[in-house]
Amino acid sequence: MTDQAPDIEIRSLFKIFGADGAAYVEAVKQGMSKKELNARHRHVLGLRDINLTMHGGCIQVIMGLSGSGKSTLIRHINRLIEPTAGEVVIAGTDVVKMTQKELLNFRRYKTAMVFQKFGLLPHRTVFENTVYGLEVRGLSAREQRDTAMRWIERVGLKGFESKYPNQLSGGMQQRVGLARALATDAPILLMDEAFSALDPLIRMDMQTVLLDIQKDVGKTIVFITHDLDEALRLGDSIAILRDGEMIQVGTAQDIVLNPADDYVANFVRHVNRGKVIHVDSIMVPPFPGTPSSGSTVSLGTTLEDAAEVLARGDADGIDVMDPSGERVGHVALRQIVSAMVTPHFEASA
Amino acid sequence: MDWFYSFPHMNDGSLSALRNAIDDGFRGLTRSYGDAIEGLFQPLQAFLIWAERLLTGTPWPVVLLVIAGLAWLASRSWPIVLGAVATLLIIGWFDMWTDTMRTISMIFVCTVIAVVIGLPLGILMARSDRLSRIITPVLDVMQTMPSFVYLIPVVMLLGIGRVPGVIAVVIYALPPIIRLTNLGIRQVDRETLEAARAFGSSSWQLLKKVQLPLALPTIMAGMNQTIMMALAMVVIASMIGVQGLGQPVLRAINNQYFTLGLFNGLAIVGIAIMFDRVTQAYGRRLQKHQEAMHD
Repeated sequence: MTDQAPDIEIRSLFKIFGADGAAYVEAVKQGMSKKELNARHRHVLGLRDINLTMHGGCIQVIMGLSGSGKSTLIRHINRLIEPTAGEVVIAGTDVVKMTQKELLNFRRYKTAMVFQKFGLLPHRTVFENTVYGLEVRGLSAREQRDTAMRWIERVGLKGFESKYPNQLSGGMQQRVGLARALATDAPILLMDEAFSALDPLIRMDMQTVLLDIQKDVGKTIVFITHDLDEALRLGDSIAILRDGEMIQVGTAQDIVLNPADDYVANFVRHVNRGKVIHVDSIMVPPFPGTPSSGSTVSLGTTLEDAAEVLARGDADGIDVMDPSGERVGHVALRQIVSAMVTPHFEASA
Repeated sequence: MDWFYSFPHMNDGSLSALRNAIDDGFRGLTRSYGDAIEGLFQPLQAFLIWAERLLTGTPWPVVLLVIAGLAWLASRSWPIVLGAVATLLIIGWFDMWTDTMRTISMIFVCTVIAVVIGLPLGILMARSDRLSRIITPVLDVMQTMPSFVYLIPVVMLLGIGRVPGVIAVVIYALPPIIRLTNLGIRQVDRETLEAARAFGSSSWQLLKKVQLPLALPTIMAGMNQTIMMALAMVVIASMIGVQGLGQPVLRAINNQYFTLGLFNGLAIVGIAIMFDRVTQAYGRRLQKHQEAMHD
């Protein structure tokens, strides 16, 4: 890593599309709705008062349906879209106030981006696409080559260096997109629906590749998706957008257990809760005296994993241990099952 | 009701006064600046003479080999190379070699000038909608104005000879390369551009590494059109003293020599097809990255 992965702080960000968006910021601040703005002034509200801190080295997922403004939001981080008002502060610098030259260098050294439709250069081979970010920086051909080959191998494209994007499948093309972004070694990785265009199996595969690489590189990753399962799997933190407004920010478990409103509740209704909820949320204080069974699970275990441990033995409950080995709780099979199926479950701990 | 049946027009006196005023003005301009303008085109004259001497002065087998070599480099296709060589051999056998070389040298110069002027203009047009709105009608005029009409002021200014001929040809042949450069750059996929911008490309890098390479097949189509239109002007240009295949055709028209006209006309067709096939094959080769589609 050349850089410590920085926090990204978005402060009261507004985006109003149209000829004179700035003129209507005040009105929107006063509470004018998206519909009213469009009907009366022919301007489209893209983002309304977004405040979000994305922590360095973490994967921040931004989720929403199409038209929710998520792709607009991610483009404000490297200023592919100019905000109407607000700040995007990264490592003490406001991206919004950068000069063109500063912005160019910021994009060259601090951020890299992966696109939904890959955004590869069709006239360049896999290798030539991968070196693009380095070439733009003016690096020597030798340095470009070593770095690019390392990442081409890491994403599993060895042997395809001289193919053109058109000769590859979607999944392979996105590997090129990923290699191109990682080769720049930028501390911030922006992924705009990066896996949405891929088949479900390939998508899972790419998520695994990403999580695997993130363990080594520890970048600040901003990941846009409309797929809740993907959000829950990847996100250290998940932010939910609707109609340009931030509805809820929290961990996967927060969102599944305490949806902020019906919109979010609808989103999470069909989630596999066993994969998201931890035993911590439903355990009861441990029974005094002897352990209830031979096997135990640690804090932070998902319900599904706990159920699997239980299924292997014949006990109907299991003890929960903290990292120091202390018994801190107990969950019964019945509790696990009801937490996994009940849509309106209230956390008991 | 007279005005109803005959279109009411400016009276004859003022109309001819207007024409005279414009003509006199232009003649005055010619008299006072003619020499200066001619001096301005001196380098062009030198370039033209150099190109013509190069092609007519070099022994024909060398020229034939070089043209065959260039055709191979551009097209990588034996049928096209053989076709070009056969065309030139037949032209030579029918004693039209020197005229053909003169014509090719002029087409070469015109194409170079058209690219030098047209490529930057096309790029600028692609970058600015306002400029594009200004230039487009000018191009329309250049393409539709009968070429004899703009021969008049060119001849008044520069007299008869190679340079005015080239200017007339360039005016006629310039629009396609400007239009297609503009079009080619505007057609580059927005997402590809956005990706290149996201990695910090400056606008020069964007142009050099993304826009021009992706627009190149379209630009080549424009160049092909430019060459074809330049060839179409050969006969008209010969009326103001441009040497080459056009002059025998002109002589044939004046004296009703059917066969002379036909042979030289066919020679023009022959080199047109040759240029066309070679440049098109080159354009196709530029798109080879699109050939092997997945699925």
